Amino acid sequence: MTMEQILFYLMAVIAIASALYVAATRNLVRSVFMFFVTLMAIAGLFVLCMADFVAITQVVIYVGGILVLIIFAFMLSGRETLSNLQHQSKFISISKLPALILAGLFFIVLLNIILKGNISGLMWTEKAVLTNNVISAKDTTIDNIGVNLMSNYLLPFEAISILLMMALVGAAHLSRKERSA
Amino acid sequence: MITLTDFLVVGAALFCTGLYVILTKHNAIQVLIGIELMLNAANLNLVAFGRYDKLNNGGQIFTLFSITLAAATTAVALAIILNVYKRYKTIDPNKIDELKD
Repeated sequence: MTMEQILFYLMAVIAIASALYVAATRNLVRSVFMFFVTLMAIAGLFVLCMADFVAITQVVIYVGGILVLIIFAFMLSGRETLSNLQHQSKFISISKLPALILAGLFFIVLLNIILKGNISGLMWTEKAVLTNNVISAKDTTIDNIGVNLMSNYLLPFEAISILLMMALVGAAHLSRKERSA
Repeated sequence: MITLTDFLVVGAALFCTGLYVILTKHNAIQVLIGIELMLNAANLNLVAFGRYDKLNNGGQIFTLFSITLAAATTAVALAIILNVYKRYKTIDPNKIDELKD
């Protein structure tokens, strides 16, 4: 077992276990902090896919931005709803059974597709290996990402920047105080 | 050597956990966390396949786009959740069942 495999299984176990904890726990604040652990483990998996820039972006935007926003919303939405909800949710209840069955069956379907689809022997990935188009551990991908972002993917980049601006203006508009109806 | 299949299995497990969170939780913020979990599982698949595209970096760049979209989604969704809390004094999606009169 190589170092890479050990790290992969460690990250995968941490990600899935903390995600299951998010799903199972009654304590809402604790579930938010376990989601933080999940995001960090997913960033580690990104590094193992040789996508270091995406991993850094994941840490900066998700952990630094989105999670702080979620905690903010938690604190602003009042404590009485939190304590109210914590009493209601039991760990095992009959109302959660349909969701459990649906998620389990969906997982089985996905697993079947992945295992029967011979993903590791796809034609285009084998062609990429033959033409040396695979990112290896020694490559630096960041400069290539920057060049591609400004040439091949310029239109989606501009579209997404306009969409981000619209979303932020919309969020600011929604959360302003209403003076006169 | 870690194969592509391993990453896809981890992604599938995270996706189904996110689905379960969305279906069971009685709190709009936790439903949002479930959506983020599903988005992350999809991002993991994109990045895992993106390893076989060194020249164009398609997978990685679309993962960056999807992270940006997730940030925009969260900002708007949290603003909506705070407004809903102001009006209904609850953020349980099951109890929010009337329109503005």
